[in-house]
Amino acid sequence: MTAASAAHTVPATPRKYGSMSRDRRWALCLSYFFLVVFAIFFLTPPVYMFITSIKTSQEISAAVNPWWVYNPSLANYVELLSSPVFLTFFRNSAIVSVSVVVITMLISVPAAFALSRMKFWGSATLATGVFLTYLIPETLLFIPLFKMFATFRDWTGIELINRWWALLLLYPTLTVPFCTWIMIGYFASIPKELDEAALMDGANYRQILTRIFIPVALPGLIAATIFAFTVSWAQFLYPLAFTTSADQLVLPVGIVTTLIKGDVFNWGQIMTGALLGAAPPLIIYAFLMDYYIAGLTAGATKG
Amino acid sequence: MAQVSLHKVVKRFEDTEAVRGIDLEIADKEFVVLVGPSGCGKSTTLRMIAGLEDVTDGEIVVDGVLMNDVPPKDRDMAMVFQNYALYPHMTVYENMSFGLRLKRYPKDEIARRVQEAARILDITELLDRKPRQLSGGQRQRVAMGRAIVRNPKVFLFDEPLSNLDAKLRVQMRTEIKRVHQKVRTTTVYVTHDQVEAMTLADRVVVMNRGQIEQIGTPNELYHAPATRFVAGFIGSPSMNFLPCRLEAVGEGLQVRLSDQIAFPVPPERVARYRPHVGRGGILFGLRPEHITEARPNGGRHVAEFDAFLEVTEPMGNETMVFFSVAGKEVCARVSPNAGAREGSPLRMGAHLDHMHLIDEASGRVL
Repeated sequence: MTAASAAHTVPATPRKYGSMSRDRRWALCLSYFFLVVFAIFFLTPPVYMFITSIKTSQEISAAVNPWWVYNPSLANYVELLSSPVFLTFFRNSAIVSVSVVVITMLISVPAAFALSRMKFWGSATLATGVFLTYLIPETLLFIPLFKMFATFRDWTGIELINRWWALLLLYPTLTVPFCTWIMIGYFASIPKELDEAALMDGANYRQILTRIFIPVALPGLIAATIFAFTVSWAQFLYPLAFTTSADQLVLPVGIVTTLIKGDVFNWGQIMTGALLGAAPPLIIYAFLMDYYIAGLTAGATKG
Repeated sequence: MAQVSLHKVVKRFEDTEAVRGIDLEIADKEFVVLVGPSGCGKSTTLRMIAGLEDVTDGEIVVDGVLMNDVPPKDRDMAMVFQNYALYPHMTVYENMSFGLRLKRYPKDEIARRVQEAARILDITELLDRKPRQLSGGQRQRVAMGRAIVRNPKVFLFDEPLSNLDAKLRVQMRTEIKRVHQKVRTTTVYVTHDQVEAMTLADRVVVMNRGQIEQIGTPNELYHAPATRFVAGFIGSPSMNFLPCRLEAVGEGLQVRLSDQIAFPVPPERVARYRPHVGRGGILFGLRPEHITEARPNGGRHVAEFDAFLEVTEPMGNETMVFFSVAGKEVCARVSPNAGAREGSPLRMGAHLDHMHLIDEASGRVL
């Protein structure tokens, strides 16, 4: 009955969606509904962080509507950005993350090339092994790693603990396996004839990698780069365990350790620091988003 | 310019022998086509010449130099692949000049050679495009251009036309022939299409199960096949094979196909066939184009017989007719004016100058 009346009314209404079928419209409505729900779910924390960051400490602790700003103030931002400690954290984070990205790419791109193209004894096992390494969580790794660093100091006298540059050894244990795995998937999707054509054209393996594989697999390379950067920028456990003095800390740990004094939480500045800390990955995403999405989807089917 | 020799070349993959000891001499400037059904080892042979596959046993020699352990980049050969294998991120110009740039040729020399090749292939206006902006035929031209600019000793083609549609394939076939006439480089061309093989080749190498069945000019393969495989593979529609028996009739011989049909053997072949009189296991082979409608004064050694037509397929310029002889289907090509009708008899003529007798056990043509 309702279906019949609906069928009668359809031709009367102006068609906004061309020939879109009703099934498709339903699917779209559902998609939008869930998209909105998820957007609210995921955007609420950053919005709340932003609101808190432009409040004064008095207002934060006052018993008023926490979702409204009565006296907006940039004091938290001014204070953080003029504090040398915060800038040190920021600098440490930037150096560590960029270096880790470089180290990761220098290792995982050639490794992926070798594992995907040069058939040698044990290459398949090695490729699987690389991925299995990634599956071991860092929460299991940090204690043995700490022990290893201590033993290393006992043997060589070189101190690795509480040195920010020691993070350059630690983060690649997380980033290299995953990036290698992504790149193996990418390189494997390049047709074999392409390297054979390059071989016939007189290229050696290094030239095939740099002049054919890297340009062709650029979206995957960018996806891997973003991943490596995000992982190292947001890494919390390793710096928390391995670095302690204020001049060696990176941003996430620095904010937590210096802005929480005993049981006093300086919420305004914590939120400001977190927002400022989230800015660099956000900016990188914004620029490389298109590549990143292409990279993730291709990796999904080929990996 | 180069001579390529293969001596007893063998390729074994883990448990299968893809190429089983083949010998082949390719002369300078020659256009040789390797043809055969899929899995016959023709592509593997080509890839061994290119250096993309190791040679398990035997020798590959180019201009007197043993090539077995020379890496592909030092063999000075250029290859055109079935899927073109153009570098997707480079323009046509960059694709074609890639090999020269790797060898650090001077810029103006590169430009001159690319322009020259582009002119030969008629792709001058495409030089700034990327491969994804090209059609299949244009990509194929670029792939050929990439080979030509290198001015290599040998061109290798690995089924270069299989990805094109039928019409374009014919066009590009002519194109390849034209290019070869211009640049005159020794060429090895692999295909599974016998028409391509016949039209392009100076000499055709027919391969089957990792071995060479026969090497010869297109005409030799057509008129004097050495084996049953070659006889059946070359020519379309393929040759009719019928079990037969040789009988002595006075001084001459005749081939008996059924109780009703027996053809006299042309006198010049009598001596050749006489040892096989009376024995079994012989096949009579005759191509469809050599079985026509009976014509008044139809020429030398035409034997007439009656056939009851089961199927007719008019093609316009000719009509294919199908009938049975001793339970075996036979295909013949008759004139469209011969009055061939399904379900009715037709007087046929077999042109016995073109007949073949084949030993069924060995597959050799007698």
